Amino acid sequence: MAENGKRPSALMMWLGLADNAFTRQKTVKFGDASAVNSGRFYSIAVVVVLFTLWTLSSIFGWVEPFFWPPLDGTVERAAKLINEGFRNVALWEHVWISVYRVISGVLLGALVGIPLGFAMGLSSIARGLFDPIVEFMRPIPPLALIPLIILWFGIDETAKIFLLFLASLFIMTIAARSGVSSVKISKVHAAYSLGASRIQILRHVILPNTLPEIFTGIRTAMGVCWGTVVAAELVAADRGVGSMIMIAKNFLQTDTVVIGILIIGAIGYAIEMVMRWLERLLVPWKGKG
Amino acid sequence: MDGIHIDNVSMTFTLPGAADIHALKDVSLEIGAGEIVTVLGPSGCGKTTLLNIIAGFLSPTRGAVRLNGHEVRGPDAERGMVFQQGALFEWLNVERNIAFGPNMAGRPRAETRAKVENLLNLVGLAGFGEKPVYQLSGGMQQRVALARCLANDPDVILMDEPLGALDALTREKMQGLILKLWQETGKTILLITHSVEEALFLGSRLIVMAPRPGRIEKDYRLPFAERGLTQDPREVKSSTDYVERREEILSMIWSMEEEIMAGGTGE
Ligand SMILES: Nc1ncnc2c1ncn2[C@@H]1O[C@H](COP(=O)(O)OP(=O)(O)OP(=O)(O)O)[C@@H](O)[C@H]1O
Ligand SMILES: [Mg+2]
Repeated sequence: MAENGKRPSALMMWLGLADNAFTRQKTVKFGDASAVNSGRFYSIAVVVVLFTLWTLSSIFGWVEPFFWPPLDGTVERAAKLINEGFRNVALWEHVWISVYRVISGVLLGALVGIPLGFAMGLSSIARGLFDPIVEFMRPIPPLALIPLIILWFGIDETAKIFLLFLASLFIMTIAARSGVSSVKISKVHAAYSLGASRIQILRHVILPNTLPEIFTGIRTAMGVCWGTVVAAELVAADRGVGSMIMIAKNFLQTDTVVIGILIIGAIGYAIEMVMRWLERLLVPWKGKG
Repeated sequence: MDGIHIDNVSMTFTLPGAADIHALKDVSLEIGAGEIVTVLGPSGCGKTTLLNIIAGFLSPTRGAVRLNGHEVRGPDAERGMVFQQGALFEWLNVERNIAFGPNMAGRPRAETRAKVENLLNLVGLAGFGEKPVYQLSGGMQQRVALARCLANDPDVILMDEPLGALDALTREKMQGLILKLWQETGKTILLITHSVEEALFLGSRLIVMAPRPGRIEKDYRLPFAERGLTQDPREVKSSTDYVERREEILSMIWSMEEEIMAGGTGE
């Protein structure tokens, strides 16, 4: 039986090279999603292999620096960017301005979108008024709006934040609306029978019920806006990570371009992780209704 | 306190492109204050519809429900509800679920806290006040639902298959709890169930409804709920008169079900 086999070490399990005790006793694993472990060993291996390849190609000069920068040069460039900044603007400032734009855009979008979504979920008039606009705007990629927004606002800060506001507005509206529509009628009925007024139902039943979906909306909006801000900065900006890699490209600084891309990936990943952590903290009842 | 007066209530659902559904036709029923009444009947005979009308969530096509000297026109704290499941507020812990009614009414905190403490003891959940409701078992959740309803001190408690989602053993325990609550609070209780056993054991009165159109077929007065307060439930449920009644009602419901099968879908 299973007990006869040697018990794998904790390290092997952490690395995903051995299954946990429960999975080891499953006889049918193919098709059972919970029997697929983290495979952490292979993740580590992939990263190590990629870096080794990069190192080797730097040493032996396999790739033209114009297409892909050597590792040592990139590290040097990164140190220089951190110490001296890029084009008289500190590196952290380039990163912060992009993050700041995303946060402002998402907050403004939430500020307008959540009440709008509530109205659409609760009133036929509001639904009728806004449904055509929301449904029409939804499939338009925010980037397609850049030319129009440049015509309206030029390329200053307002333009970028307005673009991100639009990008998150419809996501937030739809999230709030679907949250309101998914409120179980038995909860609303229970609250009325407990003597709650309409405003109390809104505040104490509908609002908490929509929070998980609103949170998912904010998470999605953050992700979309992060992608959009970088793209918008590629088109028109003098600061921000997107503008940094675009300007670096014009000067054929491939290493700065690569560093910029790594930063974009890392920040996007970090935003997602922070949002997931906040979600567990703030709406622990998600999916438990 | 006053009973429930159901006066010639009819309910017709009119759906576009389909025949009207006569969910209830001329239902009249007087329920005295402090009675515990169970309602039984085949699926689709209008039990939930009747309860929703009494609760005030639906207004009947004809007729009216009266209580405490006024006509029912909407939901009100005088009529508490206990649903089958999923009506607890999962974002609140047990204590705050139970305190929901008093909190909405703006009752003083100290008073509410004492009341919640009492109710937790009454339904056997002492010490669980801080738990999130989604960490409780189905039976415990229904205890919370009962306590939440009682915290509001309604005149009438309406329950739609409150024990329907529970396993047989938990169900028996909860039946005992409902009888105990009935005895200790003296509330008027109307309880819908699919279980003949449960309807017989819990109802000092048992209403059997028939479908198409939904109507009251039989109205029994029964001694078993009173007996259940003092005797062992097992004994009550194995006594000869209980068994006889059970068989009688079971065959009545069976013949209704067979009629439905034979009658197809038409009304
Ligand atoms: N909102 C509605 N719209 C249309 N028809 C409805 C509606 N609610 C109920 N009905 C119909 O009214 C009839 C009675 O339904 P009701 O839910 O009251 O039955 P029930 O006795 O509670 O059944 P069950 O035991 O399955 O819960 C059924 O034929 C049902 O299809
Ligand atoms: Mg029903």
